[in-house]
Amino acid sequence: MRVLRELLRRKLAVFGLAVIAVIVAMALLAPLITPYTPDDQIFDGLTLEGAPLPPGGTFLLGTDLLGRDLFSRLVYGARTSLVIGVVANGVAVLIGATIGITAGFLRGFVGTVLMRFTDLMMAFPALLLAIVLAAIFTPSLWIVALVIAMVNWVQVARVIYTETISLSERDFIEAERSLGASRLRILVQHIAPHLVSTMVVWATLGIATTVLLEATLSFLGIGVQPPTPSWGNIIFENQTYFTSAPWLVFIPGAAILMLALSFNVVGDALRDILDPKQKGQG
Amino acid sequence: MAAYLIRRLLGAALILLGISLVTFVLLYLLPADPARQIAGRSATAATVESIREQLGLNLPFYERYLRYLGGLLQGDLGRSYIQKTEVNTLIASRLPPSLLLMAAGIAAELVIGLTIGVVAAVRRRTKLDQSLMVLSFVGVSAPQFVVGILLIYVFAYRLGWFPLSGYGTPQHLVLPALTLGFLGAGWYARMMRSAMLDVLQQDFVRTARAKGLSKARVILRHAVPNALLPVVAMVGIDIGILMSGIVVVESVFGWPGIGQLAWQAIQRVDIPIIMGVTLVAAWAIVLGNLVADVLALFIDPRIKLR
Repeated sequence: MRVLRELLRRKLAVFGLAVIAVIVAMALLAPLITPYTPDDQIFDGLTLEGAPLPPGGTFLLGTDLLGRDLFSRLVYGARTSLVIGVVANGVAVLIGATIGITAGFLRGFVGTVLMRFTDLMMAFPALLLAIVLAAIFTPSLWIVALVIAMVNWVQVARVIYTETISLSERDFIEAERSLGASRLRILVQHIAPHLVSTMVVWATLGIATTVLLEATLSFLGIGVQPPTPSWGNIIFENQTYFTSAPWLVFIPGAAILMLALSFNVVGDALRDILDPKQKGQG
Repeated sequence: MAAYLIRRLLGAALILLGISLVTFVLLYLLPADPARQIAGRSATAATVESIREQLGLNLPFYERYLRYLGGLLQGDLGRSYIQKTEVNTLIASRLPPSLLLMAAGIAAELVIGLTIGVVAAVRRRTKLDQSLMVLSFVGVSAPQFVVGILLIYVFAYRLGWFPLSGYGTPQHLVLPALTLGFLGAGWYARMMRSAMLDVLQQDFVRTARAKGLSKARVILRHAVPNALLPVVAMVGIDIGILMSGIVVVESVFGWPGIGQLAWQAIQRVDIPIIMGVTLVAAWAIVLGNLVADVLALFIDPRIKLR
């Protein structure tokens, strides 16, 4: 509750929350608010010469190269972005936290091996690794989510590892240990609760990264495959005509920016609120 | 010092080895059959089999990895299935444009990001600071391909100041470098701002002020150089982000570098090229981190060796 109250006191965070709320509502209510189905090639959706229609007029945001309603595709695309954002990043935080906590708590040989592996994965450029993985598995919505999760867990693991180590060296953990608490009890009762705020911050910031990576993969043609609309593949399908039909690139582009921006500002505000070390910098 | 360097070099070598193992496992897992791809559609089963034998594809996993590793040590990244050329020849010919683009991208992000960071810190808690920080959020949240297409649309197509795409003259470099640097500029602006705020609170800055130095001199001569240290150490880590960036930027701008090579390979499912670029990029990141750490050691004697 305190966190929410503090969040609502920050203008940027309120803006971010509002944008997220609107996009989530659009995604949930998609069938109700869209005038057409997203892959409906509408008979009068193109000019007589076969060019897409600009925004305004019958079609709110215009039509794409195949005469489909851009607004409807955009709204359904929000579903894709959010599903991938939440699922992929949720899995990434789960993997990262598990590896980070295990390595930080057990240390020793297991810890070293786990963190060496994390360093190794950190050395791969995220996009190229995702490209290779997407080439191995035929991309579907869930595969794209998994690929992104397999790339994005690394930073979470690093952060959680460092936090676990510094926590387990604190006096109150030492006190528990000398009182005879079992290792499992220390981990579950005393260390894990202190990691929750870090995980919340990463779960929020990570969605921004995930949304951008999904858009980029789809833009390169190896993410979510048409006809399933995603903001990235709408741009991928229409980019060659950006000089004559710029709205087909810049409207979905603005949508990606707004969603990523919102999660970034909310995540940043959460970090300020939950991490007292960062206070006084604003 | 020497012991530290040796330890770091050994660590880097281990990571490089690990990277080769991971790329090989990925290659191994690929469903596509390279022998069939090389032989073409009309090849007989016997031809495919002989190619498989020739490439050693029928050997067990560890033997194939050792052969792959042996090739890597001799600088052999394998052959492209489709272009029928050595991957390392392809990469070597595409490397100079990519390095040029990355250098220009780093210059762009440092100049823009550091300037914004310093100005925001000096004008802390003003409208200007707030607007610059919102701008830096936009920088880290904007998809690079959209930024690239937007720059092309406005500055090349509408205004005609720069060519639409391609490579060759300094004019060709401006828009791709700005696109590549836009993301990083946002990160550097935020880091530089908080580094500056830290430094501005320290005693030596107060002393400099107390001596009666002008505000500009205190900031430029005393605060900025000290705030720069932790920020510049990030350039090593940044190489990874830039490596992902060049794939997007080069494909948007038709820049003939390794990013475009990888992108074209994606579309033709030319796995050896994708693997080769990934491997080279990963090695560049490891070496970049190593160089950045060692340089930071020389610049800042306070850094403790671990």
